[in-house]
Amino acid sequence: MSFVKLSASALAIAAVSATAAVARDNVQVAGSSTVLPYASIVAELFGDNTDFPTPVVESGGSSAGLKRFCEGVGENTIDVANASRAIREKEIKACAENGVTDIMEVRIGYDGIVFASQQSGPAFTAFQPADIYNAIGAKVIKDGALVDNSFNSWAEFNGDLPDVEIAMFIPGTKHGTREVFEDKVLLAGCETTGAMEAMIKGGLSEDDAEDACLDVRTDGKSVDIDGDYTETLARIDTNPNGIGVFGLAFYENNTDKLKVATMGGIEPSTETIASGQYPVSRPLFFYVKKAHIGVIPGLKEYAQFFVADEIAGGSSPLANYGLVADPELAKTQDAIANEVTMGSDS
Amino acid sequence: MTDASMQENPEATPHPVSLTAPNERTRKRAKAERRFRAYGIAAVATGLFFLVVLFTSILSEGIPAFTRTVVSVEFTLTEQQREESEAELFKTKAYSNLFISALKTELDERGLNVEINEDAIERLLGKVGGTIRTFYSENPGKLGEPVEFDLAASSRVDGYFKGRVSRDTMQDSRFLEKSDLDLVDALKEAGVIKQAFNWPFITGADSGVDNPGGAGIGASVVGSFFMMLVVLGLSLPIGVAASIYLEEFAPQNRFTDLIEVNISNLAAVPSIVFGILGLAVFIQFMHLPQSAPLVGGLVLTLMTLPTIIISTRASLKAVPPSIRDAALGVGASKMQAVFHHVLPLAAPGILTGTIIGLAQALGETAPLLLIGMVGFVARGYPDGFLAGFTEPNSAMPAQIYTWASRADAAFYEKAWGGIIILLVFLLTMNIIAIILRRRFERRW
Repeated sequence: MSFVKLSASALAIAAVSATAAVARDNVQVAGSSTVLPYASIVAELFGDNTDFPTPVVESGGSSAGLKRFCEGVGENTIDVANASRAIREKEIKACAENGVTDIMEVRIGYDGIVFASQQSGPAFTAFQPADIYNAIGAKVIKDGALVDNSFNSWAEFNGDLPDVEIAMFIPGTKHGTREVFEDKVLLAGCETTGAMEAMIKGGLSEDDAEDACLDVRTDGKSVDIDGDYTETLARIDTNPNGIGVFGLAFYENNTDKLKVATMGGIEPSTETIASGQYPVSRPLFFYVKKAHIGVIPGLKEYAQFFVADEIAGGSSPLANYGLVADPELAKTQDAIANEVTMGSDS
Repeated sequence: MTDASMQENPEATPHPVSLTAPNERTRKRAKAERRFRAYGIAAVATGLFFLVVLFTSILSEGIPAFTRTVVSVEFTLTEQQREESEAELFKTKAYSNLFISALKTELDERGLNVEINEDAIERLLGKVGGTIRTFYSENPGKLGEPVEFDLAASSRVDGYFKGRVSRDTMQDSRFLEKSDLDLVDALKEAGVIKQAFNWPFITGADSGVDNPGGAGIGASVVGSFFMMLVVLGLSLPIGVAASIYLEEFAPQNRFTDLIEVNISNLAAVPSIVFGILGLAVFIQFMHLPQSAPLVGGLVLTLMTLPTIIISTRASLKAVPPSIRDAALGVGASKMQAVFHHVLPLAAPGILTGTIIGLAQALGETAPLLLIGMVGFVARGYPDGFLAGFTEPNSAMPAQIYTWASRADAAFYEKAWGGIIILLVFLLTMNIIAIILRRRFERRW
């Protein structure tokens, strides 16, 4: 049987190549889907401009990436985790348990989170955190009392907003973006509307009240999007009343479809985010396993290349795509050059 | 009840029953049959309708991916310019700047009736530095002489040519300004910007999110090819051996029953489960490389095995027992009977099942998600045949998925183009399966 021979030889080839492939020669990255676009730009340029092979960058969310990062040391684990939030104490602990102790934290810049709706939809042009909280918070102040959220229309709590049904598409809990959204919008809104105060008066401790502020209503007015921003865009495309949460870069790439709203009276742009005026922004990071430097070729060079002035500085490809450049980039560059790990500098 | 009532008054029912004129019940039955046929036709029509909608949307969205907008100019790079560019960290940017200033000089000389500045030219061009650098490192002999370059225009200019970007709806941004479109129109008239067949899309590898002009599906086609080699090389011998043993040699007992039930169960397991298994066993335990077509192939083998075993057993069963009896009757051993007589007759069915199993595996993304083949994998073509199994690569469906989730609409178009290419492969495989069946199938 010729196909028996063919398959036997294919088997042999597969076995041989499996044993031959022990040394990995490319940097392996995983993590935040917000950082992914920037990382892919850098990875392509790194492959184009150096003699190292193009790194592989996977997506999957900040938490998933850090989880894989903390699985251990060795070629079968990833070298770099991208994250749209800082690593948590819990995660550092999990890392340490698996032998990942020396972690280098690299801040690459800032990203704004914007609220946008369909270009031809109602005029959602100005929001305050309180509006967003009233729209999707689980418990809100209505007629002076703390009740389960029953608002149907934006105009019910803010006469300046259009009288259309509430439909918000927010990032799901596996996204790092969700954390920033909760901290800078929901919590802020909870405080300014007085809902938090009412909760504390109702017998909750301060911590519990903060947690309760982050609960969103579950009656379908607020939808968690676990996929990428393209999924949010598709939802907005089909729902003229929908408000979506996007990254600044994503919005800037789709200005013909999306209309952005101001937050706290400030229009989101790289300038307002860099100056800190626009309230909803967050730093973006990647984390490097120091133990892999010198083992995986090009790892340190990749980290250095990523934060070089030409790549992540003022008028660089990353800034052009929508990253808000970090004013303290030089400090980051030094830290990588000296392989400073977390905890060692403080 | 009815029997009893009929016996009671037989005269009540009129008796002229004609065999040709349909009575009430026959008419009812005929009506029911017509209704059923109408349902059937409606079902087929619905299916066809969706198929037509699907195909028209795939074709109308995907065909534009096969053309691209290029800026075509002669460009000369001197030895010294190259050395200076190579000394920089961001080499491709240096090349791109050289090209932009050369293009500006050239356009100034041509005396076009529009304002030309370098920023506008930069917005019109895609990421051209990489292409130029690669060209000169491959052809160092061309330094100092004019070379005709066809370089990708930016995604928005490309969109303007294809109707994705229009003057009315576009907003000024750092990516493109309305005034730039006047320059584009002038350059189009001068023949500097034109549309061409998108070869880089067919042959290239993935590119960064800011460089849709450089993105191609070629490398991931190669990745899929190596995965399919692994799947074919493993699942065909294992699957066929397992089914021959189960069908021809194994005793019928509880244990083989259990195996049979489990094979059917395995065929129904969601493919993502195999991905989790692949991550745990192949990468974390066996330390096989991440993002490698070898691991992808192994995972898809697990997924394809049940399909192949089930179809192989079905085609072995379809060989009439008389063939086996005759072979045994003239003194062949059981193994000779199977390998000389039964297996050749079952081969077309086995091959058809295998190809359909492969086609299924070719379109699978979910298990690849966990073993690192989905994401930005732009390694390009492998260095050799063996390296093809182990070097990081993507696969066609994974590449399509990656493109579909990017912000720039140009990538969305590429995702549809990728679907067309994937469909071409799937159709080819299915046609081969049909041809094999038609040519070699024996009926009894």
